[in-house]
Amino acid sequence: MIELISADHCTSCDICVAVCPTSVFDAVPGCTPVIARQDDCQTCFLCEVYCPADALYVGPDAEKPDAAEVAWDAVETLRGSYRRAIGWTRDTRGLRAMDDTHVLLGRLK
Amino acid sequence: METDVLVIGGGPAGTWAAVSAARRGARVILADKGFCGTSGATAPSGTAVWYVPPDVAARGKAKATREELGGFLAHHDWMDAVLETTFALVNELGERGYPFPRDVEGRLRQNSLQGPEYMRLMRKLVKGAGARILDHSPALELLIDADGAVAGARGIDRRTHAGWQIKAKSVVIATGGCAFLSRALGTNNLTGDGYLMAAEAGAELSGMEFSNAYAIAPVFSSVTKTLFYEWASFTDASGAAITGAASKGGRSVIARALQQGAVFAQLDRADGEVRTAMRAAQPNFFLPFDRAGIDPFTQPFEITLRLEGTVRGTGGLRLVDQSAATTVPGLYAAGDAATRELICGGFTGGGSHNAAWAMSSGAWAGEGAAAFARQCRAGLARTAAPARGPALAGGRGHAFDPAALIKAVQAEVFPFDTNYFRSGDGLARSLTRLDSLWRTVRAADGARPEDALKAREAVAMLATARWMYRSGLARTESRGMHRRYDLTALDPAQRHHVTSGGLDEVWTGRVPADGQPLEAAA
Ligand code: SF4
Ligand code: SF4
Repeated sequence: MIELISADHCTSCDICVAVCPTSVFDAVPGCTPVIARQDDCQTCFLCEVYCPADALYVGPDAEKPDAAEVAWDAVETLRGSYRRAIGWTRDTRGLRAMDDTHVLLGRLK
Repeated sequence: METDVLVIGGGPAGTWAAVSAARRGARVILADKGFCGTSGATAPSGTAVWYVPPDVAARGKAKATREELGGFLAHHDWMDAVLETTFALVNELGERGYPFPRDVEGRLRQNSLQGPEYMRLMRKLVKGAGARILDHSPALELLIDADGAVAGARGIDRRTHAGWQIKAKSVVIATGGCAFLSRALGTNNLTGDGYLMAAEAGAELSGMEFSNAYAIAPVFSSVTKTLFYEWASFTDASGAAITGAASKGGRSVIARALQQGAVFAQLDRADGEVRTAMRAAQPNFFLPFDRAGIDPFTQPFEITLRLEGTVRGTGGLRLVDQSAATTVPGLYAAGDAATRELICGGFTGGGSHNAAWAMSSGAWAGEGAAAFARQCRAGLARTAAPARGPALAGGRGHAFDPAALIKAVQAEVFPFDTNYFRSGDGLARSLTRLDSLWRTVRAADGARPEDALKAREAVAMLATARWMYRSGLARTESRGMHRRYDLTALDPAQRHHVTSGGLDEVWTGRVPADGQPLEAAA
């Protein structure tokens, strides 16, 4: 589930507010959005790939929020990892066409 | 607001419908419950596509793959049409900039799509075609004119709770299937809303007994990627191998084992090539593992089966011809909202078939709805009234609690004992409880605007469960994914589609599987 927005990195562009399919965030004028309805989060990780500042962290657990408060420092290394993996950052664009599904389907035959 | 064609839902089917209708000159509004581009089951994951070049032998083989599994309910003319349309639309995606991969020999591979990339492009194509998108704008009910034709919809903006009404000459339902809020990836918006709205307008469903698809997922995670578990081994809590457990052909063994206790999987049968390919095929599969500090190739992790209902089942709104028209004038259905029995019978539509179906039926529905709008003599002047179903009207003085209703419905559809392993007695017992829930809902007051979405989702889930189990009772045999332990054999005399509908009184009927010739699109 969505766990964190880093106020240090967030540019208040409100893209996450617009793109979240279950409307989890509320915009705060001039400020970092708030996670207003964490329960509605479907753990799809899509806010992470749309955030241009890599300022969001979605935790692995889809059933419940993290028991302990997640500290941004603890997840700093994961910052933007999904966005890079699918080639949605400037330096990873080549990965957009990296889809080995055909290799897997071939191996099953 | 007024428009020619209103498309409800902005996943693959809805976006293709909007593009197709707009290209035919119709004014189009697409209303999505979430954000067109991230909504639905396709956006967060990757999917194979039933993309088969126009080669007679290859297509023949493709059609044969699910025929027996699907209990011989698929129609050859529909399969041919889907293969043909999908081939053209996938090629178009490539031309419009979808970055298809190349294999080691440099050949373009167009038989899979990455959700974020695909749906971002579809949003662009919808806008480029001139359709207007309303995000975060769930439809709650249809408008119906004096002749019983559908004439638009009403809904709300889920952020402000402000109501909207759109008068339209025709409507496409592309709201996806129903996964009962099981937390399977990308399914939180898929609560059967379109089935409910359409049924309130008098539409029929088909194949709702094929609604018990369960997907393997880590117990903590939303990520369902059943394909990868082809390389898994399954163990119980003591570490002993579970005989017969498999992703394909052994999922019921997993369900049985889960009834006894915890089940663990690890993808230890994947060699180096497969491991690398998995990471490159589906980066999102690994996010939960990487973040939870688990190596799925070497460490056993606890798994569960998440209900994907009709998202991976095949039941949905019944179509009467290849324009994707439903049984109600002015109402069209596409994607998982429509029955996929036509191309995969009673076996799962998951993966390649659903993706192909979404594109093809979406494009047909858009075309059909645009043609209907052109011919609609009454136009927008006709008077249209909202359907006023449960949670939107009523008022005998008692409210109902959507969260409690959702839990109550889940308690009927999640348990393997009722839904995965079915029996006449089990289904009938569950229906007694579901029908009683329905009567409670019927007597309740309309929901407040801020609760209306959740209330209607809960009602849609309840209605869906009732069509599912009534259809399951009507199919007195085992066929496709509908497995009855009291009637384990396939009965050759039941090679038909079970239709259903109705709200206060749920009915079922039947349509021969091959009795109806495919009519040409309008
Ligand atoms: S998308 Fe990222 S940068 Fe923009 S408001 Fe959201 S968290 Fe902040
Ligand atoms: S993970 Fe998905 S549902 Fe959750 S906040 Fe992000 S975009 Fe929204």
